[in-house]
Amino acid sequence: MSFFSWAWDWITQARNWHGSDSIPQQIVAHLGYSALPLVIAAVIAVPLGVALGHRSSGATGRGATAIVNLANASRAIPTLGLLVLLVVVLGFSPLTWLLPLVVLAIPPILVNAYEGVAGVDRDVRDAARGAGMTTWQQIVRVEVPIALPLILVGLRTAAIFVVATATIAAYIGLGGLGRFIIDGLASSQYGPVAGGALLVVILAVLVLLLFAVLSRLLVPAGLRRQERSE
Amino acid sequence: MDWSWIPGNGAQIWQLTYENAYLGIIPALIGLVISIPLGILAARWRWFYPPVLAVVNVIYAIPALALFIALIPTFGLTDTNVIVALTLYSMCVITPNVVAGLRAVPASVRQAATAMGYGTLRRLLAVELPLAVPVIIAGLRVAVVSAISLASVGQLIGVSQLGYLFIDGEQRAFPTEVYVGLVLVIALAIACDLVLVGIRRALTPWAVRS
Repeated sequence: MSFFSWAWDWITQARNWHGSDSIPQQIVAHLGYSALPLVIAAVIAVPLGVALGHRSSGATGRGATAIVNLANASRAIPTLGLLVLLVVVLGFSPLTWLLPLVVLAIPPILVNAYEGVAGVDRDVRDAARGAGMTTWQQIVRVEVPIALPLILVGLRTAAIFVVATATIAAYIGLGGLGRFIIDGLASSQYGPVAGGALLVVILAVLVLLLFAVLSRLLVPAGLRRQERSE
Repeated sequence: MDWSWIPGNGAQIWQLTYENAYLGIIPALIGLVISIPLGILAARWRWFYPPVLAVVNVIYAIPALALFIALIPTFGLTDTNVIVALTLYSMCVITPNVVAGLRAVPASVRQAATAMGYGTLRRLLAVELPLAVPVIIAGLRVAVVSAISLASVGQLIGVSQLGYLFIDGEQRAFPTEVYVGLVLVIALAIACDLVLVGIRRALTPWAVRS
């Protein structure tokens, strides 16, 4: 049997849709465990990235290199190891799973917000100032809208990352769709393992679509041509 | 921290580090070999790039654990499973960089090459690709660093590398083992990254160094 037939057989069994730890409950739990760290990371990293980008105004100096290097270095951290370490040292608590997710969601958001704002054309900044805008107005009405495509890319990257890591966090006892995978692997049942994996994939693709819709709605029409992919 | 554990388990730690390097570097290299022709085609035919980019974005969004599991019916609980999955991620990272690197070659440079009598293929191999090397290697660096750190997730489907130290350390509630695993994964990633920076410098002797 293929992965999809295993997954489909398990997902379509009625008993998996009722009671405690059912599919709908774990989907909601997974969304909650992903949304909370993402929001916390965004509240920290978007303003910080925008502020740093505004200060560097176009120049790609040492600060820019440092931030980009930080983001690249964060990819080297194995999330499974970080989650396990906190559990072994501190025991399982909200801090144990929340902290790693927040810490690892920050770099992509920070870098993209920084690059988006730092990359705003000098002429555009000068025009905004010439039109009599205050610094605050320049940031909110000119720089952030222009940087929005990149800011959304950063949030999308972080969101996908958080959804994936929340799955792995089932190993240290977190709820969500990863439960089906980890428990299924432990009891050598491929049905829930495949079903859980397929649901996680669907969730990740829905996150992609959500950000595609958001960028349609939020990014000014004149900027859409310049949207970047990475 | 129990330092005496490290020399006592030196052989196993070395073996796991070797496995981790293998599972990280091989996918990045296969990914590079696939991404270069794919990127060349996508840079040449404008219509070809948007669908490639869409596929790349979707694959990259698939969590590693789910991808490993989806490959179990085909490849089983083997090294091959992890290598195939990480190769797919590497392609997703490197291909857009190949396209960006090739597109960034100035038109004047291309025209100069043509004026000197370079054909399309020779211009591509001798002028455009060498100029794209820094951007391609930037993608390769991200790919290899990510692959080395993602490989540890393979432990959850029973494929051993440094991730073994995380799982074993967790089951025995033994922090030293987890610390050692974390430090070695990060050190391995940094070492590969530095090697690639060196290769880039060797391949682009004309680049301005700060």
